[in-house]
Amino acid sequence: MNTRFIVNGVERDFAGDSEMPLLWYLRDHARLTGTKFGCGSGICGACTVLVEGKAQRSCMLPVAAVAGRSVTTIEGLAGPELHPVQQAWLEEDVAQCGYCQAGQILAAVALLKRNPEPGPDDVESITNLCRCGTYVRIRRAIARAAREMRR
Amino acid sequence: MNVLQLPLTRRTFLQSSLTASGGLLLIPAFVRAAAVADAPPPNPLGLFLRIEPDNRVYIGSRNPEIGQGVKTSLPMIIAEELDADWTLVTVEQLPLGINFSGPTPQWKYGPQGAGGSTSIPEAWADLRQVGAQARWLMRSAAAKRWGAPPESVSTRESHAIHADGRRLAYGELIAIAATLKLPADAVPLKDPAEYRIIGRPQRVVDAGEIVTGRARYGIDVHEPGAFTAVMLRCPYFDGGIASYDDAAARAVSGVRAVVVVPGPKQGEPFTANLATGIAVVADDTWSALKGRAALKVEWTRGPFAGESSAALDRQCDELLSQTGQIVRDDGNFAAARESAARTVQARYRVPFVSHAPLEPQNAFVHVEANRARVIAPVQQPAGAQRAVNLVTGIPRPAITVEMTRVGGGFGRRLSSDYVAEAALISKATNRPIKLMWTREDDLQHDFFRPFGHHELIATLDDTRRVTGWTHRLASASKYYRRADVKPEGQWEAELYPDDFPARLVPNYRVEWHSVTSGIPRGSWRAPAHTANAFVVESFLDEVAHASGQDALALRLAMLGADREFDYEQHGGPKFNTGRLRTVLERVAAAIGWGRSVPRGRGIGLAAHFTFGGYAAHAMEVEVLPGGGIVFHRVVCAIDCGRPINPLGISAQMQGGTIDGLSTALNLEITIKDGCVQQRNFNDYPLATMAQMPKDVEVLIIDSQADPSGCGEMGIPTAAPALANAIFAACGVRLRNLPIRSQLAEARAHA
Repeated sequence: MNTRFIVNGVERDFAGDSEMPLLWYLRDHARLTGTKFGCGSGICGACTVLVEGKAQRSCMLPVAAVAGRSVTTIEGLAGPELHPVQQAWLEEDVAQCGYCQAGQILAAVALLKRNPEPGPDDVESITNLCRCGTYVRIRRAIARAAREMRR
Repeated sequence: MNVLQLPLTRRTFLQSSLTASGGLLLIPAFVRAAAVADAPPPNPLGLFLRIEPDNRVYIGSRNPEIGQGVKTSLPMIIAEELDADWTLVTVEQLPLGINFSGPTPQWKYGPQGAGGSTSIPEAWADLRQVGAQARWLMRSAAAKRWGAPPESVSTRESHAIHADGRRLAYGELIAIAATLKLPADAVPLKDPAEYRIIGRPQRVVDAGEIVTGRARYGIDVHEPGAFTAVMLRCPYFDGGIASYDDAAARAVSGVRAVVVVPGPKQGEPFTANLATGIAVVADDTWSALKGRAALKVEWTRGPFAGESSAALDRQCDELLSQTGQIVRDDGNFAAARESAARTVQARYRVPFVSHAPLEPQNAFVHVEANRARVIAPVQQPAGAQRAVNLVTGIPRPAITVEMTRVGGGFGRRLSSDYVAEAALISKATNRPIKLMWTREDDLQHDFFRPFGHHELIATLDDTRRVTGWTHRLASASKYYRRADVKPEGQWEAELYPDDFPARLVPNYRVEWHSVTSGIPRGSWRAPAHTANAFVVESFLDEVAHASGQDALALRLAMLGADREFDYEQHGGPKFNTGRLRTVLERVAAAIGWGRSVPRGRGIGLAAHFTFGGYAAHAMEVEVLPGGGIVFHRVVCAIDCGRPINPLGISAQMQGGTIDGLSTALNLEITIKDGCVQQRNFNDYPLATMAQMPKDVEVLIIDSQADPSGCGEMGIPTAAPALANAIFAACGVRLRNLPIRSQLAEARAHA
């Protein structure tokens, strides 16, 4: 049975194994490679996507679990202009290797959606790993994005 | 890299030619010569420098970008001397370029690698000259167009400017510039006072692509016709396959082939870090993973099946009870000890750790009859080419290597074992192959930073001056499989005998013992400096405390008057005590060394010279009653010579600090029954944001010296500054890494 869902506003119809983690569907089949593979165990968060606006680890989410739901990946975050979180990431020059940043950005988007004025402890609810150690600038970028989005 | 060299004599630095699109291609002469000799079409990515009629400038970046920022900082050097408008610059990654037509292989674009913090220092002279010659060309073309003497033409932001105010964009000067003959000799470089790009903060050039998910990493490569492969590797060091059953794996939907990948045998040319395994080749990653899960394999346990962390600790104890190989012996330590008023002695332990870059290893390789194509995240593209040559027999000139952006290096991708695996699988299946490693593969089959036990002994006279110093190390050298290193040279990867406090203590002795182990070892960001700086800088604190001296004052007294010493290891040729003193004093001043702090808090510091750069940390931490650590303030200082990109340098120092702290707090690879025990980030827990300092302040020394790199300097001093701060906070001296629950246990005992 085919699985139907929406990715970045586009309806998708997947005939393959519905137990396939969404991560591998996105990367290998939809060729949306901005969503990254880091651990395959739901720990590192490199594979973070938004499902109905909530941050989810796509490596642990079978395609079947998003049937009928709407998924946003890093490729679908910006409108005609960058999302304020993406813009803040540029302003604070966050990325080093950049590999985890799509997941970090989407985790921050989800955080700011449920808490527009996060304090330092709220920001620490993001457990996405950054091996390069960009946490200091991630904090700054989230604070900047929060300011911009409140305007 | 020892077989590769730039032509030693080259007087012409650049050659120019028009491109089909009407742009001007500027190529360093050595590139040009190589291109003609090899006779391939001009590189479509542009070679170093291309100026288009619309005034855009394209600059090729030769070294792998692993997050250290060279794709931004190397082009900055060219753009500065060209006097380009940085906002008009587009940077393109160059592929591997080696010219094989001469008697020895030669770099086409200059050295290409990411290791040892060498990209910037190796580029500093050449790339400035590339930019300067291009600027000379633009200036001369404008002078010709205006019929004016060249002296009356200046340049600024991609424009030539006449003394009378007329302006021409570089893009308008292409046709004339293409007719000019470049000077045979080097042209004068800019006065650094005129710099408008170097020394100013510039953001990561790929940032726009990174934040939108468009940046291309190795793992993102999808080439037509390629299958995806994953491997099940023997978990035992140098073990093999006793028997296997692949029937269930072959039955998995999407699985196309199952291939045995034999590990290297003794005496074979390619031996580095290649495990015996079985590859499952499939239409996509998920099918390959399912196929791998269905494999049934009995392994042979190999010669190291009895190895364990506990056994290695016992081996170190045994070794350190004897006298080892003396690798430096100044003065007479035994006599100093005999006459000492006080002796301080301590034993430290530094564990194996894994690189764990967030992008797991992967490689695309297509092996055909007489050629091969590689697209991969690598730190040594020439090593990847060599690896494919060794496992396939295809001559190196017929192997192309394209570099993607790299999702973290930390030394892991200095080895091209995963590229060799992909080549073997491609050869066996006759298909283009994208090999994927999982996180478990990465942690289990890494090569690890060597573990070791260090014993330090210091002697002091009755004026509390340090008169003698001995550093004894028992470790498993990372050179253990290097065919070009003799047993008596294995220590050279473990100890840097010109490091502080060499020459600053009259009786100075360094001793090494070789630990036998089967676990693969290799370079991990700032290699042996991470272990040695932790040990030496922690021990200095112990010496200061034991002798009732201030830890900063003791360090300054030992450094003494500013002077330069020869430094024969990597990062030399000189070590300057004044530059180390300066970074130490800067962090001490910034943190307010000597001030009183609330109960439960302490301030610690450390300084170290790493690969040509001088770094120091000072931090104020609080140890909570349950053993938790709160970072109240973290300050670091870096002197890496003239700062090219301050924003990138501070990123490297912040990231290096967090790497150092995360590793010191949490990380260890342990061995049981000849296997690595850690499997994923649950038992190899990289620090999350919550565990790390909220801020890392970076002080960049405004140096005029030629630049060093800065990718590795931020790590070595973070751990000892933390350990020293913890001691100041609660009186617990941590000599074993990682810290993990040691503080909680110490608190429970107290």
